[in-house]
Amino acid sequence: MPLEFEKPIEELESKIAELEGFAASSGVDLSDEIRGLRERLARLKSETFANLSRWERVQIARAPGRPTTLDVIAQLMTDFVELSGDRTFGEDAAVVGGLARFEGSTVVVVGHQKGRDTKENIRRNFAMPHPEGYRKAMRLMDMADRFGRPFIAFIDTPGAYPGISAEERGQAWVIAQSIQRMARLRVPAVAVVLGEGGSGGALAIGVGNRVLIMENAWYSVISPESCAAILWRDAREAAKAAEALKLTAPDLLALGVVDRVIPEPDGGAHRNPQAALANLKQALSETLAELGALSPEALLEDRYRRFRGLGQFLEG
Amino acid sequence: MALERLFRRRRAQGEARDIPELWAKCPKCDAQIYKKDLEHNLYVCPKCSHHLRMPASKRIEMLADPGSFEETTRLRPTDPLGFVDTEPYPKRLERYQREAGRPDAIVGGRCTIGGVPSILLVMDYAFAGGSMGSVVGEEITRGIEQAAQEERAVVIVAVSGGARMQEAALSLMQMAKTTLALDRLWARRLPYVSILTDPTTGGVTASFAALADVIFAEPGALIGFAGPRVIKQTIRQELPEGFQRAEFLLKHGMVDQVVDRRRLKAQVAQVLGLLHPARVRL
Repeated sequence: MPLEFEKPIEELESKIAELEGFAASSGVDLSDEIRGLRERLARLKSETFANLSRWERVQIARAPGRPTTLDVIAQLMTDFVELSGDRTFGEDAAVVGGLARFEGSTVVVVGHQKGRDTKENIRRNFAMPHPEGYRKAMRLMDMADRFGRPFIAFIDTPGAYPGISAEERGQAWVIAQSIQRMARLRVPAVAVVLGEGGSGGALAIGVGNRVLIMENAWYSVISPESCAAILWRDAREAAKAAEALKLTAPDLLALGVVDRVIPEPDGGAHRNPQAALANLKQALSETLAELGALSPEALLEDRYRRFRGLGQFLEG
Repeated sequence: MALERLFRRRRAQGEARDIPELWAKCPKCDAQIYKKDLEHNLYVCPKCSHHLRMPASKRIEMLADPGSFEETTRLRPTDPLGFVDTEPYPKRLERYQREAGRPDAIVGGRCTIGGVPSILLVMDYAFAGGSMGSVVGEEITRGIEQAAQEERAVVIVAVSGGARMQEAALSLMQMAKTTLALDRLWARRLPYVSILTDPTTGGVTASFAALADVIFAEPGALIGFAGPRVIKQTIRQELPEGFQRAEFLLKHGMVDQVVDRRRLKAQVAQVLGLLHPARVRL
């Protein structure tokens, strides 16, 4: 299923394919026509992809086929051992994590996990964690500290789950605790916003020494739909809310909320996951190398300084 | 129209209803209460003990030892994103400032509480529903850092609809900033008491408010992560009676005690006295 703004591109692509098929089977020379259409396609792509609105980027961030946490682990890491459960209440499939090797060294990874289809999405609760998911993440943070290994978190959630069971089991409390636990890591901590960075449910695993973001990911205090429902009293005004929230990677870089934007191939990571993941690998590798030089005390101080400086106000 | 909406909103949120100027009506039992009596009773209904919302300045009078409070909050909000919804954020800010009579949704400073040197920070629901943007986050962070420096306890009265949408990601980052600051306090063994009042939800609950050594909640206060309306929309079911109220939180192990406001000062002072390393005797 193409995204709304991808439809004209898809149409042109299928028209070209049709003509090429016809030319091959009939022997009629259509090379001029096909060349013309290819040029038009290239222009259309560059116009569309160079001028993506914030709302279009939000759709790319949610596109089926966009690399998820498990895709990143499978493609960029080896020896992955998934670890499950919070040792307190249950297992939350909305959050995955475990041990792996990245460029030969052991790392501890955790991330929100979306499903690849409806069935898996239901099992994973559309990557909206319950408290158990955050407790699992904290358990993995403990492990990173205990073994002195870097902690890498992949953010991709519409938000923490807003439901009765989550509230009963202290959703707010575990998010606060997870923020605090991650802030206290004595090892390098890197957070990468892969797709959706929905509010406190994202930040709970977002307290990295460095926070990286994929070019078409979004990260904000609320989803554009919920923001629109509150401020415009109409969720259909989500496109306006997306503009107002300045939730894209370039916006967040300008605000200092993220440290580095990882480029995606034209039109988004879902159009060429391999290329996107290669860029992610390079960014992760450079970031871990930089942080690897810091002592535990320096890492704590670095993380404090990074978040201490965020916010804008006037001295009274 | 706007006025009417404001009035309706206030009522729904459980504020004292204005009958004639001198009288208020309890939103729970409908008792007519002489306003002076209500104030003397710390905005608790003398008939049914319903806890009405209390102005931030009255909170300070209630908690700080008489004459000890010295205000330190002074930051003013700005508009980092150029946020416009149905009206520009700066215009909203002007209105909130007029309504609340302060620059943003927090007031605080140095004081003693039962003789214990403290930093007292009180959120103000009258300003944008107590929402947390850069100013609230920075004032709380500075208050905590100052407490750590001056060997003071920290008491924070939370009341908030959550992080402020108009400062978007920067509001979200205040959750991390305030949480990180708490470690400076803890390293010096200084106590932090969090008081959750009606309502405390969203990013405020999910950061500094939930991370205190001792957490008290006022009776009947709505406390949670997601607001009840959002939860109802998500699960498409009615919510159980008492859901997300202080007593529900106590039952589920999230708060230490539900404390009647008329006993709150004594209770806070007692905890600070037990935990603060250098209690000053009055």
